[in-house]
Amino acid sequence: MTSLFAEVTSAPSNDVPVRRVSLRINGESRTVDVEPRLLLAHLIRQGFKLTGTHTGCDTTNCGACTVLFDGSPVKSCTMLAVQADGHEVITVEGLAAPNELHAVQEGFKEEHGLQCGFCTPGMMLSATALLDENPDPTEDEIRWALSGNLCRCTGYQNIVKAVLWAAEKLRAQAPPNDADSAEGEAS
Amino acid sequence: MYPSRFSYEAPTSIDEAVELLRLGAGEAKVLAGGQSLLPMMKLRFASPGTLIDINNIPDLAYHRADADGTYRIGALCRHAHLEKANGLAEIQPTIAAAAPLVADPIVRTRGTFVGSVCHADPQGDWASVMIALGGSVVAQGPDGSRSIPVSDFVSGPFQTVLGFDELAIEAVVPAPVGDRAGGYLKLERRVGDFATAGVAVSIERSGSSVARAGIGLTGVGSSTIDASDAAASLVGGNLTDDEIARAAELAASASRPRSDHRGSADYKRHIVATFVTRLLSNLQLTNQEAA
Amino acid sequence: MSIDEIKIGGLGASRRRVEDNRFIRGAGNYVDDITLPGMLHMEILRSPLAHARIKSIDVSAAWAVPGVRLVLTGEMMASRNLAWMPTLSYDTQAVLATDKVRFQGQEVACVVADDPYIAKDACEAIVVDYEPLPPIVNPTQAMASGAPVIRDDKVNQQDNVVFDWDVGDKDGTDRAFAEADVVSEIELHYPRSHPSPIETCGSIADFDRSTSKLTVYMTTQAPHIIRAAVAIVAELPEHMIRIVSPDLGGGFGNKVPVYPGYVASILASILLERPVKWIEDKSGNLISTGFGRDVYLRGQMAMRQDGRILGVRMHTDSDHGAFFSDAQPSKFKIGLMHSAFACYDIPTAHLTSRGYYTNKAPGGVAYRCSFRVTEAMFFQERMVQAAADDLGMDQAEFRRMNFVQDDDFPHRTAFGFLTDSGQYAKCLDIGLKAVGYDDFLKQKEEAKKRGRLLGIGISTMTEPLGAGNSREYDILGIKMFDSAELRVHMTGKAILRTGAKTQGQGHETTWAQIVAHELGIPAEDIVVEEGDTDTAPFGMGTYASRSTPVAGAAVAMVSRKIRAKARKIAAHLLEVSEEDVDWELGRFFVRSAPDLGVTIQECANAAYSNMPDGMEPGLENNAYYDPPNLTWPFACYIATVEVDPLTGVWDVLNMVAVDDCGVRINPMIVEGQIMGGLTEAYAMASMQFITFDNEGNCIGSNYMDYLLPTAWETPGFELHEVVTPCPHHPIGAKGIGECATVGGPAAFVNAVMDALKDTGVRNIDMPLLPDRVHEALTEQHDVSGAPPLRTDS
Repeated sequence: MTSLFAEVTSAPSNDVPVRRVSLRINGESRTVDVEPRLLLAHLIRQGFKLTGTHTGCDTTNCGACTVLFDGSPVKSCTMLAVQADGHEVITVEGLAAPNELHAVQEGFKEEHGLQCGFCTPGMMLSATALLDENPDPTEDEIRWALSGNLCRCTGYQNIVKAVLWAAEKLRAQAPPNDADSAEGEAS
Repeated sequence: MYPSRFSYEAPTSIDEAVELLRLGAGEAKVLAGGQSLLPMMKLRFASPGTLIDINNIPDLAYHRADADGTYRIGALCRHAHLEKANGLAEIQPTIAAAAPLVADPIVRTRGTFVGSVCHADPQGDWASVMIALGGSVVAQGPDGSRSIPVSDFVSGPFQTVLGFDELAIEAVVPAPVGDRAGGYLKLERRVGDFATAGVAVSIERSGSSVARAGIGLTGVGSSTIDASDAAASLVGGNLTDDEIARAAELAASASRPRSDHRGSADYKRHIVATFVTRLLSNLQLTNQEAA
Repeated sequence: MSIDEIKIGGLGASRRRVEDNRFIRGAGNYVDDITLPGMLHMEILRSPLAHARIKSIDVSAAWAVPGVRLVLTGEMMASRNLAWMPTLSYDTQAVLATDKVRFQGQEVACVVADDPYIAKDACEAIVVDYEPLPPIVNPTQAMASGAPVIRDDKVNQQDNVVFDWDVGDKDGTDRAFAEADVVSEIELHYPRSHPSPIETCGSIADFDRSTSKLTVYMTTQAPHIIRAAVAIVAELPEHMIRIVSPDLGGGFGNKVPVYPGYVASILASILLERPVKWIEDKSGNLISTGFGRDVYLRGQMAMRQDGRILGVRMHTDSDHGAFFSDAQPSKFKIGLMHSAFACYDIPTAHLTSRGYYTNKAPGGVAYRCSFRVTEAMFFQERMVQAAADDLGMDQAEFRRMNFVQDDDFPHRTAFGFLTDSGQYAKCLDIGLKAVGYDDFLKQKEEAKKRGRLLGIGISTMTEPLGAGNSREYDILGIKMFDSAELRVHMTGKAILRTGAKTQGQGHETTWAQIVAHELGIPAEDIVVEEGDTDTAPFGMGTYASRSTPVAGAAVAMVSRKIRAKARKIAAHLLEVSEEDVDWELGRFFVRSAPDLGVTIQECANAAYSNMPDGMEPGLENNAYYDPPNLTWPFACYIATVEVDPLTGVWDVLNMVAVDDCGVRINPMIVEGQIMGGLTEAYAMASMQFITFDNEGNCIGSNYMDYLLPTAWETPGFELHEVVTPCPHHPIGAKGIGECATVGGPAAFVNAVMDALKDTGVRNIDMPLLPDRVHEALTEQHDVSGAPPLRTDS
């Protein structure tokens, strides 16, 4: 944040109470004042300019706004920004380090798991949460885990393949010890 | 869609939350998972003056069995906690069967069991499950706490007997008499859809004889339905085909469905009977295996 | 040494998509992602009633909300002659209601404020006094004598009829029926649905008083048509209008029309001299913007006893809502409905169509469909199944014996279309083999003995994709051609722009593949841009599967123009005459000395540094392509299902798709289009519909009621291909984006009806919700019409 310039405003045009919220978003600590009614999705999009999180419906159905909240997928249009105080949020922009791609991102491209791209960030975050919990999911487990995210373009089959692709890559990348123990558990 | 303005409180103790509810004088709403409340606020079907967010109250995210088998679910236990709980199917088969069928996987990571019961949506799954299990809700008010059986707790569509200054802090399932078995079936048009009809069944038995039974019905009345006659008809028997058929018929006649775009009233009644039959027939099989 | 075309990402390469690089990073740029300095936000107040006279509108409380900058009503629009606007079908549509509201969700007022939350608060503060009028919610009510006239704003409109239209040979068809051994009948409703891209509609209007330039960022599949419409509606000079269609979160036909929100945001920006953003909410999108279908169809098929089809009669009663705003070629009032039965060799046919106004949202857009062909093919394949059943013939055999034969192309259909090519029987055979047709029939009989209900459904069809030719196809008088502009830079890299507009189809990837095929420039060296009317050549946009047939052809043609010029440069560089120069992919060479050659990149360099005397410098050109005919892909879809007799729930066991869309530019993308289309077909068959109660309340106004299938319900698909190159398309390609949506629903419905065959039930209208299937099974009667909203007394 630069100190060169900051706008000084006179009294606000109306007396709307705001609350101070501190959170970590994609690894960065941010503190903002928000109206309590501000939805988390809107703080992410308009406040933090992280526009990869999309809003598709108003009724908690489509999942385009899915982010990871303390590691679990949530629909950020159905949380208040104030509820993120003291919590950690990961959006699609934080899935991978700069200049890198997460295996799920690669998988979606490799297997043509997206068309218009609008549901894709939410879909990838749900997939990431699944693979964190279950590194070797079946097709049915993937379809079940993604059933809170609607896609209108792809017909899902390639999304399932994308997640399988990512799972395989992540397992191949996993440190040998982990791989052994994972196999041990499976057998 | 954008909610109206409200004032926001984030208490860190149950007492503080109850005091805020008292001050809210009926204009305050409790925010737990928020997966039903926030969409209603965005559609401006609900515009509470104050939101009391209980997510910062510690030690409410539990679900556990007491030594005597009493099962307790705290006000911040999310659906996903139950869905992913190891071994739950052995001790709470009806809850374990219903957990993956509530809403969709992402909503389940946030929405709460107790909040869903308090929301009292006639199409909500958990109230039926609690009715089948003979469970109750513990409400904390300014003058202490009380335990309310779920069959009394839900007083109408989206209505409960909870006082405006009371906070539901826990759901309690009593210890079973003998072995508990049960299940949940839900007809939905799509994952995340509300139930066209749903049936929760729980039986407790010593050997093959049914000592206690409960049947709760989802989405087939203006509030969750306790098919108590159907359940009572099973007690003392051992799930014969005739007993099952009779229970199915009684459950169907206890339902009060309305015709709508999900189906006709007759169809929904038929689904209730079909699901009661299917659920009990599954338990009949386990009975035969036990014998 | 010739270039490996697949390696450079040419024709046939399953090249990974270029656009994905931004989408997987969340770096797409959708209209709601754009923030302009000083931008304000607009929200729309909509009518809660389907039909009512507006007695008064009080906006004073809205103006009093802090942060409100402007409140617009119909009266204010009228004072600027903007209360009504023309539709794409030569009707008018209210921008903001003045006299009456004519459907639930109609736009009544707009508020512009500092943020959208405030704008919404202020909308809630507006008080409208309505006098309710009786609503009309279907054609039967609309045609009843004494029905209230919905469009009393129109001079000479005495009833609720939009149009009467017919095509084909009535007398010839009557004669065919007189000679028939067997006549089959069927009556259907194709329910109202909504394209429902996950991203809703929206716009940011930015009027700059200092330059008089209006820039509108908006969700449109047809930016140039919008520019023309804005010029006409807002009476602004066309060169001072710039329409930018950024990334679109799906379209499916929903983002073709002009919507009141766009117009209001433009006026607001002009009045306020600030950018004004309007982003529609999901309910607004579902209840007010272009829907699809909503047609009642009935007809008969005349046959000889041996199964030969002699003639077909069809009639449609279509529900267009309150304004006739179908986006379709002007000449055809019910779109290309008369493409029905095009894959069958039928001597004669006659179609009559009547359209009606109702108190429902306007639309009738081409929802993943080439203008009503979805209804046409659904009717066709349901009719064919009924006819085969009536004859006691095998479903597959009846189709095969009536198909247009491979050597009978081009074939003039009974309704006058000219189908171009195909191998219909081959596609059917591949599909039957893949699904294990004979085995399944045996399995089905076995299952029946154990009380299980299995069914198999076939749907085969060819459809017209790629409007138009300019003789017959226009929208608002603008001929339906398309365009491409190619600039090859001096290092051999290039930029291509077209008049189409991608919305998930992958144009940025596939157009470069066509250039690579024509010029040998690696696809990765070509950037593709679309959607900005200041830079893209004029085109009609992307819908009705017309991009590959028309814009894609323009891409090939402009590449050939570039190659023609490059050949002259090559001759100059090789110091031979042009006639002595031959071409192989990426390289010109001397015919008599093949080792002597220059690459296309060397030619590009010379175009800027060493051109022949007298030659214009540079290597760029454009092409406007007016297709000689539509392209006619063929598809065979076969579904197998199991119905639970106790609940009416049906599960898809298998779904096989055999598509022949000619030459496949990018097979991966083609398959993606097919699977997406099959999913929408499954959605239509199983759960997706919009209906209205008797008061005209829309049921299906959000995603709790308007159901899109998830990954869980959606079946897996098995895809097969046949390639019959299109004889008149420069690279032999045909449209594909919509085949599965068009042909798929009948496969699912035919399968369920096959499972119920023994009950004597002839039809269940979509969606085949479990209660409807159960009702048909237990009551043994047809279940017709939109799902009723029965309310118990």
